[in-house]
Amino acid sequence: MPLVKKGEIVADAYLHLGDEAEIPENDSALVLAARFLADPEAILNRGHSTGVIWPNNRDLDELVPYLGKLGVVALVFPTFRDGRAYSQARLLRERYGYKGELRATGQVLRDQFVLMVRAGFDAFDVRKDADADAFAATVKRYSVFYQPTGDGRVTALHRRMQARLAANTP
Amino acid sequence: MTSPLQQKIKITGPSVVTANRTWDGIVIYRDTQQGWTDELADAAIVRTADEARALLAESTADDVDAIGPYIAPVIVRDDGAIEPGNLRERIRRQGVTIDLPIPA
Amino acid sequence: MYAYDEIDRTLVNERVSEFRDQVKRRLSGELTEDEFKMLRLMNGVYLQLHAYMLRVAIPYGTLSAPQLRKMAHVARRYDRGYGHFTTRQNIQFNWIKLADLPDALEDLASVGIHAMQTSGNCVRNVTTDQWAGVAPGEVEDPRIWAELLRQYSTMHPEFTYLPRKFKIAITASDHDRAAIKVHDIGLRLLKNASGETGFEVLVGGGLGRTPFIGKVIKPFVAGRDILSYVESILRVYNQYGRRDNIYKARIKILVHELGIEKFSAEVEEEWQAMRDSALQLDDEIVADIRSRFQYPGYQTLSDTPDELTAASADPQFERWLNNSVAKHQKPGYAIVTLSLKPIGGPPGDATADQMDAIADLADKYSFGEIRVGHEQNLALPNVAKRDLPALWQRLDELGLATPNVNLITDIIACPGLDYCSLANARAIPIAQELTRRFANHELAEMIGRLHINISGCINACGHHHVGHIGILGVEKNNAEFYQITIGGRADEGAVVGTLIGPAVPYDDVANVIEDIVESYLALRARPDELFYQTVERLGVEPFKERVYATR
Repeated sequence: MPLVKKGEIVADAYLHLGDEAEIPENDSALVLAARFLADPEAILNRGHSTGVIWPNNRDLDELVPYLGKLGVVALVFPTFRDGRAYSQARLLRERYGYKGELRATGQVLRDQFVLMVRAGFDAFDVRKDADADAFAATVKRYSVFYQPTGDGRVTALHRRMQARLAANTP
Repeated sequence: MTSPLQQKIKITGPSVVTANRTWDGIVIYRDTQQGWTDELADAAIVRTADEARALLAESTADDVDAIGPYIAPVIVRDDGAIEPGNLRERIRRQGVTIDLPIPA
Repeated sequence: MYAYDEIDRTLVNERVSEFRDQVKRRLSGELTEDEFKMLRLMNGVYLQLHAYMLRVAIPYGTLSAPQLRKMAHVARRYDRGYGHFTTRQNIQFNWIKLADLPDALEDLASVGIHAMQTSGNCVRNVTTDQWAGVAPGEVEDPRIWAELLRQYSTMHPEFTYLPRKFKIAITASDHDRAAIKVHDIGLRLLKNASGETGFEVLVGGGLGRTPFIGKVIKPFVAGRDILSYVESILRVYNQYGRRDNIYKARIKILVHELGIEKFSAEVEEEWQAMRDSALQLDDEIVADIRSRFQYPGYQTLSDTPDELTAASADPQFERWLNNSVAKHQKPGYAIVTLSLKPIGGPPGDATADQMDAIADLADKYSFGEIRVGHEQNLALPNVAKRDLPALWQRLDELGLATPNVNLITDIIACPGLDYCSLANARAIPIAQELTRRFANHELAEMIGRLHINISGCINACGHHHVGHIGILGVEKNNAEFYQITIGGRADEGAVVGTLIGPAVPYDDVANVIEDIVESYLALRARPDELFYQTVERLGVEPFKERVYATR
């Protein structure tokens, strides 16, 4: 599955680990939440970047203490119809101030890219090659946004106010 | 969602596979030539669960032309004429049971 | 009327262009049906028994004449010359081809009409009182808040894939015409003791398989906080709403399972964490939205014009006047309901020719405005009383002046098994037969206000639970049967009706309803005791005895 970051298809710098595989000393690794929580310090102190795959039904409170030390948080869309990770993404970015890579994994399809970007995702494990190729064009599809989210785009309500102010300023 | 192929298939009499055509939504039936027809008379008739399962599998494999294939009962008259086997299928075949605001 | 500006229009156009691309990818096989289904639903496209169905939003039930003409155009050009108005301020076209849908949506977009989020597990079309802005005594025009919520919920990046659909309704009047108690969120606009505008917030109402009346979650949320409060509810629901069982996925089940106290505590905690966010609505923003609602330039007119006095000599006009014309905020004006329930007709249908004619009448008599109510009727909200006789003449010619508003033949019905792929039984022919049985207007008037609601399956699109008489189609041994409930209500006193006995077969439904009505006429304490009041006073037993004694 192609990984899209900053609008481009890139190689994944992280080794995806199952529950059994040994955690590498000399490589960036993406681990499952349960394994991470079993001994977070040991995994974080390896000297290489760590990412955590966080299930969409697990409370973020357990993850929050480690956010500053994580390179990647990967949130999961078991199917594209399950939207819980959108809430987790916004909370991580907007409430807990997470600045690292926020990766969408699972059934990540083209038609959800815009929503994902707006919710704070900046990396995408895209299911289909054609969708990955279309990423840059797809996220430019919309120029109007009604809701304020952490992505900082100006909302329609505020654009109107700005336009009104500009019109009233000689 | 359970795939139709994993569902237990029980049929109680002659049956067809029906679906809606993707581009316009009209009612279609699986024919004997591995294609679709809008004529019930040309539909492939199955009489056993195994036949039904095979026809449904073949139909479901075509996700491009047809939507939501399923097995529907039919009545085969002595003269060979095929009729829908229940009210829902009759309505699908023959249209609404009321006068449309604008006659078709 | 709210006028879309360039920003709103751009979004609608971008959505149409996206959907055109999605349809193209579906037809080429690039998108599977499983992937496409949610996308088409969120653009209002269902697959029904015979064809695709397009459900188009009529935000807060307000339409301009050009918008209604465009609906007529779509009905003619892409469909079979008519449309069906639903119980949630939408219109449905029943025979559209997928390949034509992007063009139809583009045509609608040219007048600021769209089908965004009329289906799917997202926030649906926000509905309100069809008399908003003209009803006497309303707190303020609820459409301003409905529009703020419409914008807020359109393409929401967090709440587009909720566990299940999510419906919000707002009322600003004591008499609730928006059925807010059977919505996921119901908002009652009010002013608190210090004169501040806000809302009583209800949550967890809904019909369907497990009907619930909404519960008050917060008695007052200030207007400036309403978006953040709604977001808190949605966030709690998105995280904890059940996704394992489609029948338990609505917020009403979450509220029921957690209990309203626990649920509201969760919402409160979430809200305290974000109420001061960018969602707070400052006065200028609300004022900006308010300023884009254009109100008619009403004249000072007589409330008892000569034209009206003269026409009242005609008993047919007088009957219609008493039935279909309601009081307006402004003296000299009236709100006119156009019955889409002709005797023997399918409830809520209008032909393209009728739509065009109504648009012309709106231009001539109602400042170009048309309203759509959840009872599946239309209204002209701004008619000068002196024009009522002339308007009535035209409506009568068009078949839109049946004087049965709120009477027994003003039936709410879903499309049922004639159209719908979910239905178990037909609804429209039942409604048609009932209107024939009670076609006599004197009889209907003697019976008084009585709402019959019919659904063709448990999903309850025909709101059968909250009909004074509710009829629910079920399938039994391959035949259509109907369960009958009585005593339901959808208004401020909302209550779910009670089943009166075993389901009855298709052919017997109208007889049973006649028996129920006869029982009511015999049992009511006074001529002005309404049907539901008699049921409330006596319970269902006396009805049950009379109806089932001979069955």
